[in-house]
Amino acid sequence: MNSASGKAQPMIEARVWRSTPRGGELVSYSVPNRDSQTILDVVTYIQQRLDPGLAYRFACRVGMCGSCAMTVNGQPRWTCRTHVDKVVRDGKVVIEPLANLPVIKDLVTDMSPFFAKWQKAEGRFVPTAGRGDPVARVDPASPQRLAASAAIECINCAVCYAACDVVRWKPDYLGPAALNRAWTLQNDERDGGQAARLRAVAGDAGCHNCHSHQSCMAACPNELNPTESIAGLKRQAARAALRGEL
Amino acid sequence: MEPRLWLLQRATALVMAPLVVVHLILIVYAVQGGLSAEEILARTRGSLAWAAFYGLFVLAAALHAAIGLRSILREATRLSPAAVALTALAFAVLLILLGLRAVYAVTAG
Repeated sequence: MNSASGKAQPMIEARVWRSTPRGGELVSYSVPNRDSQTILDVVTYIQQRLDPGLAYRFACRVGMCGSCAMTVNGQPRWTCRTHVDKVVRDGKVVIEPLANLPVIKDLVTDMSPFFAKWQKAEGRFVPTAGRGDPVARVDPASPQRLAASAAIECINCAVCYAACDVVRWKPDYLGPAALNRAWTLQNDERDGGQAARLRAVAGDAGCHNCHSHQSCMAACPNELNPTESIAGLKRQAARAALRGEL
Repeated sequence: MEPRLWLLQRATALVMAPLVVVHLILIVYAVQGGLSAEEILARTRGSLAWAAFYGLFVLAAALHAAIGLRSILREATRLSPAAVALTALAFAVLLILLGLRAVYAVTAG
């Protein structure tokens, strides 16, 4: 049933972004309105029944892999976890590729710039112990571990990156996901790359560009708060600058 | 550079917060029973306290605004980093000169 129209309509009009030699355009498809249908189901129906040339990306279909993110009615979302009931208005829905990333074809974006920024933000664990060392004992209730745990459940879907105004205005900005990842590592007591990482995230394209609009938090399907992580990085950078370390 | 400018903008905001409150209360107080140049100048002329108050206000506002302008230029224009830095610096200098000139004009003498 479509919540906005009050009663179920037999068909949905899905307007879907299709690549053309000159860029792209929205193409309308008529898709049956079924119970408990997701936007990913709608896209799959179009590709399997109406237009096999439609390109889109998915894997797990249950909100674990983060590969099916698209723009639905202007908002970045996991399409596998977006019920048609929630977003279809008056029997219509618009489905586009994620914003802030180059489009390869139709609904498929090139995620390379997104992942490259994780590397630029030093978003990787730098071990301080080796195989022969005892396993680190990390207190799960320590403030540092609690901060890391609050931000750790990111699955790299780029929904926050597509929602970020600053990425749109300043394309070299590292973005919420990479900075959120950096913050978890800055709070990992086993990590040895914290000084270099702080320099990486406090540079021209780093955390100080964030205006705290919190679009990332509003859009994150895992209900993380990258804005809070970025604020933590700003505080860390400020303390380091006052100590003359940055 | 970024952490230092970020700190400076927050520090100047911290300085300006009480100054703005005093300034707003002063405006409401000053317009009671009409507003005249003589009345204002009678209060400010020769007052070191008001010169310090508004001098500090001018410096804090100039730095705060210039750092904000820098952020806007970096996001909204295609100016080179050097051009952005120069423009923001020139803006800060302009605000300081105009502001301090005004403070001098109403407090000197």
